[in-house]
Amino acid sequence: MTLWANALMEGVLLGGLYALFAAGLSLIFGIMRLVNLAHGDLIILAAFVVLSVAAWLNIDPFAATLAALPIMFLAGFALQYCILNRTLGRGLLPPLLVTFGLSIIIENGLLELYSADSRRLHGGSIETSSIALGHSIGIGVVPLLTLASAIVVILALNFIFYRTALGRAFRATADDLEISQLMGIDHPRIFSIAMGLAFVVITIAALYLGMRANFDPTIGPERLLYAFEAVIIGGLGSFWGTLVGGIIIGVAQTVGAQIDPEWQILAGHVAFLAVLVFRPRGLFPLPVD
Amino acid sequence: MAKHSKSLAGTGQYRIVTGTPVSLVAAGGTLILVAVLTALPFFAGRDLLENMIFVFYMLALAQCWNLLAGYAGLVSVGQQAFVGLGGYLLFALTIIAGIDPLVAILLAGAISALFALPTALIVFRLRGAYFAIGTWVVAEVYRLSFAQFRQLGGGTGTSLGPDITNAVFGIDWVKSLLDVRTPAARDVISYWAALALAVGTLLLVYLILRSRRGLALGAIRDSEEAAASVGVNNARVKLVVYIIVAAVTGMIGALIYLQKARISPDAAFSVLDWTAYVIFIVVIGGIGTIEGPILGTLIFYLLQNYLASYGPVYLILLGALAILVMLFAPKGLWGYVSQRYGVELLPIRRRLVWKKDP
Repeated sequence: MTLWANALMEGVLLGGLYALFAAGLSLIFGIMRLVNLAHGDLIILAAFVVLSVAAWLNIDPFAATLAALPIMFLAGFALQYCILNRTLGRGLLPPLLVTFGLSIIIENGLLELYSADSRRLHGGSIETSSIALGHSIGIGVVPLLTLASAIVVILALNFIFYRTALGRAFRATADDLEISQLMGIDHPRIFSIAMGLAFVVITIAALYLGMRANFDPTIGPERLLYAFEAVIIGGLGSFWGTLVGGIIIGVAQTVGAQIDPEWQILAGHVAFLAVLVFRPRGLFPLPVD
Repeated sequence: MAKHSKSLAGTGQYRIVTGTPVSLVAAGGTLILVAVLTALPFFAGRDLLENMIFVFYMLALAQCWNLLAGYAGLVSVGQQAFVGLGGYLLFALTIIAGIDPLVAILLAGAISALFALPTALIVFRLRGAYFAIGTWVVAEVYRLSFAQFRQLGGGTGTSLGPDITNAVFGIDWVKSLLDVRTPAARDVISYWAALALAVGTLLLVYLILRSRRGLALGAIRDSEEAAASVGVNNARVKLVVYIIVAAVTGMIGALIYLQKARISPDAAFSVLDWTAYVIFIVVIGGIGTIEGPILGTLIFYLLQNYLASYGPVYLILLGALAILVMLFAPKGLWGYVSQRYGVELLPIRRRLVWKKDP
């Protein structure tokens, strides 16, 4: 019984990580209808950036993430401004294929720079510390912090979206690009800010990815799939739905692994396909697309 | 060439034609080329045959993906699902059921089509870019599921024994015809099978696009809304194309793994080998044309031959090339050439020609 309770608990906490993966993807799609196939590889890229900053300045991963955030914001802004904006408004293929090419470039660039070795972000004693709940269940501090960060990120994104001028511009461009231009919104800049913001979320996700488990340049695409599944399960456009989606994928994986370790990843995908069959618009769809 | 002709008040005639003088030459050239390629085993070495097998199956995969993405608007990033499925079906049918490999290739196509129907019912719930990632998820499900089959080697995979690969239909005939040993004769049979699949795929795609359904596909490619408004049943056309492509892709996968004689889930369901390369071929060559993937395959073969030893750098170059083409010449190299010079080697467009009465 405690085994299952433990699996459930771990799944919920893992869901926090997947929600962080998904929040960036959801943000970009929500504003500019861009599905970024390089999203997973960008998370891995961010993890390597944090790793390098930590090694270079000799600081712990949390401080390194803080230092990396402005760099990553600018990187995201530049990527959108110089490349991705050119692909928008030209149909389905250009954004998909350009981000797919980007994903191959990032993965192989990282392989070239960092080799295929597994890495990890070392945070010292926090990695192994846990809070005991009863005598057989304990919660790791890092997983708990991951879930808490996911909630804070979603609160922050909702605040930006619904309480600030920037958020108003985001929503206006999402609702109707032409009209928003008439109202004086500089949409290439708005899109670039959105991508910069997504890179900030990606970097936070990368911190917890790297502290939780080993990573190497090739594991990006799988993170993209988890992120995507969380977004679709949650229903497009709802950040809280994305959190629920992430938790469903996380729980399916840990419960699947409890039955047979080989079923971990498969169980997550099957849960996603099941939602797709029974609730194709996700669990919390917006009233209109 | 004329399909219809209509008189207009005695002043002249409109004719609808698809052929051009260039295309007639191209058709003749294609026939000669196919004849030469068929005879190639009589005077070529094994290295060349093995390279040509690779070219043929990449060409066939590229034509399939082009039909899906370039015409039906189904941008799949999960075609490795059907390559791997075909490969595993070949192994299952020959090892477990004891069927001849060449028959198994055909059966693999039919069974892949059966798998494609329920798969389509799930992934077709996703549209556009979501469809792309959805197909990728399904391919992962296929990979992880086949890794569970202990009889086929589980996660590490398995090999086809020489008892199976050497017993392929017609091998004795080829051995005596070409006076070669068993391994070389095996390659020759794979070569002919690959050639037949590549030419067959090309012909199939060409005939589909020349047909009524091809008109519907061209309409969908240009504008889904407009196609629907003139009475095209978009959903049905897409479903049919998806299933046909799955069947052909399954056959190609079966052939690839007959040639490789060793399969593992990670290789058979590799997104890089069976989808990324194929996408790059089609994009660089020219999406939404038949000639584009042919040109793309030739370019890819040259790049692969001269640059593949650079590993990651080669892939970075390939990715960058695809991005540049997509940004600055979205119709690809063939699109650029045919727009500039007005050349169509395998014409599928119907043109209205006005001919004045004498």
